Amino acid sequence: MPDAPQQRRIIFQHIDEPGYTPGIDCYLRHGGYETLRRAVTRPPAELRDEVKKSGLRGRGGAGFPCGVKWGLVDRKSGKPIYLIVNADESEPGTFKDRYIIHQDPHQLIEGVMLSCFANDVKQAYIYIRGEMPRGARILENAIAEARAKNFAGPDILGTGRSCEIHVHRGAGAYICGEETGLIESLEGKRANPRIKPPYFPAVLGLYQCPTIVNNVETLCHVKHIIAMGGAEYAKIGTPNNTGTRIFGVSGHVRRPGAYEYECGKITLGRLLYDVCGGPLPGRELKAVIPGGSSAKVLRFGEKFTLKNKDGSTRELAMEDIPLDFDTLAACGTMGGSGGLIVMDDSVSMVEALANINAFYAHESCGQCTPCREGSLWMKKITARMVRGAARPEDAALLKSVAAQIPGRTICAMGEGCAWPTQSFLAKFGAEFENYYETRQNRPADALPLI
Amino acid sequence: MNLKPETLLRIDEVITHYPVRRSAMLPLLHLIQEDIGHIPDEAIEWVAARLGLQPVNVYEVVTFYPMFKRRPVGRRHIKVCRTLSCALMGGYKICGTFQKEFGVGLDEVTPDGEVSIEFVECLASCGTAPVVMIDDDLHENVTPEKARALAAQIKAGAASRPAPPPAAV
Repeated sequence: MPDAPQQRRIIFQHIDEPGYTPGIDCYLRHGGYETLRRAVTRPPAELRDEVKKSGLRGRGGAGFPCGVKWGLVDRKSGKPIYLIVNADESEPGTFKDRYIIHQDPHQLIEGVMLSCFANDVKQAYIYIRGEMPRGARILENAIAEARAKNFAGPDILGTGRSCEIHVHRGAGAYICGEETGLIESLEGKRANPRIKPPYFPAVLGLYQCPTIVNNVETLCHVKHIIAMGGAEYAKIGTPNNTGTRIFGVSGHVRRPGAYEYECGKITLGRLLYDVCGGPLPGRELKAVIPGGSSAKVLRFGEKFTLKNKDGSTRELAMEDIPLDFDTLAACGTMGGSGGLIVMDDSVSMVEALANINAFYAHESCGQCTPCREGSLWMKKITARMVRGAARPEDAALLKSVAAQIPGRTICAMGEGCAWPTQSFLAKFGAEFENYYETRQNRPADALPLI
Repeated sequence: MNLKPETLLRIDEVITHYPVRRSAMLPLLHLIQEDIGHIPDEAIEWVAARLGLQPVNVYEVVTFYPMFKRRPVGRRHIKVCRTLSCALMGGYKICGTFQKEFGVGLDEVTPDGEVSIEFVECLASCGTAPVVMIDDDLHENVTPEKARALAAQIKAGAASRPAPPPAAV
């Protein structure tokens, strides 16, 4: 087996390190809060500029440039500016923030405090998944420790500036990961996403005040950007895809787990074969969803024709896709949340899709008819196929339903719930047309997925 | 409604976290559910009064979020992850193992009020699939053998409790 490429662990520097504890003393021993100490005397606009120069793109799913997001904040409204940490990690296949929260909470708190200083924020909330009760307690402890040492709370480090952080627990709804749904939830309501315009969080967010919502990993990157300078950080990774990314690999590989690499410096094939050890014994890899379950599926053996900057084209094999934002997008899918779900040749794609569809039907907030009804229809059709009641028209019906959702909903869940069905049909259409025949070829010990 | 004094103290404290009281909705519901096990009608009315809202404002929230339970769950609540990464590694088998061990269907409670099982969506630990949460504890890489061992622990814990379990609240 070829050697696995070396990880570049910035965010995960201390994850799973023996003897490293979530307490503040351990963090301080490792140089913690030094960046904050040095930054508090700098003008906020300068800190924002570092983040802009870094080219950091959001790690939650959309890959929106963090500096641009901060630049959109309405600073003239006279209203308070809020910062919300999106720790509602719930996109299937994503499990990176869990490590940061549980093992290195102060890295996040320092990133949050730096971001608050940079944006004149006096109140931040960490919206954490309800299903992470231990993580919530760890964060609450970490905040109390940081407050006791004057890194948070009133008059931080003698600057006369104050900022409070509170942990807010969700209660099991996926849609709270959508930033305006999260804001509604934090206001004590159902997490129905808001329509944009006018409700851009940067202008009309929490309590109709300007609000920044950033993912946990994104805010940790801010700490390292301020520490090393935006220009220096931008040298990591590849142009327009700067920094490192944490790739969470799950499913049918020998060594699933979370691995941190420079953006675009490792290919899909090397990650899955060299780092994760390739397929399980006696199996071959069949498909991978590269950025959380909403991302469009890729088929092993697939080839893409991509445009070069000079207008010429080049062919790229699926295994050779560099894991960044732009190439994955050019290949018709997305880097999303960095969660890769791998499926081998024991998997029926109809059954895998039925599993995914059940998720989205369960998680649609129900506000927009195309998503509420469409996700349910897609679930019902794929479920009945698996149950043995497939109809000849099912593949066409699925395609038709999926086509009527994207672009017709308030939030991106419309796209997110349709993309799996659309891509599974596009790339594994024969399995849907001839489900019963292909099912015969499945190994006898294939696991039920629905 | 009889909430423990410490629950009431925590409720008073958590309300101060927000400039708008309604924001304390989810925290209050969590605290009440941790105290009395579920969210009955009187809790909905109590939260509404405490936050200056109408009961329907609370009811619509309780019924939206899967973690809030209108009926009591078991003293030990088992959540098995159903979503793709766990399913690919045997999540459905694990769920079946727990159901068989306790002789109970999904979203049901054993007659003694001890155990309930829920098949939940992604628990965000896909790299160590399949995963199971028992109360607040996450169990990773759960095999059928490990599931049976966890079930045995739960049964032993119930058997060693001195008094018979009280009827569900």
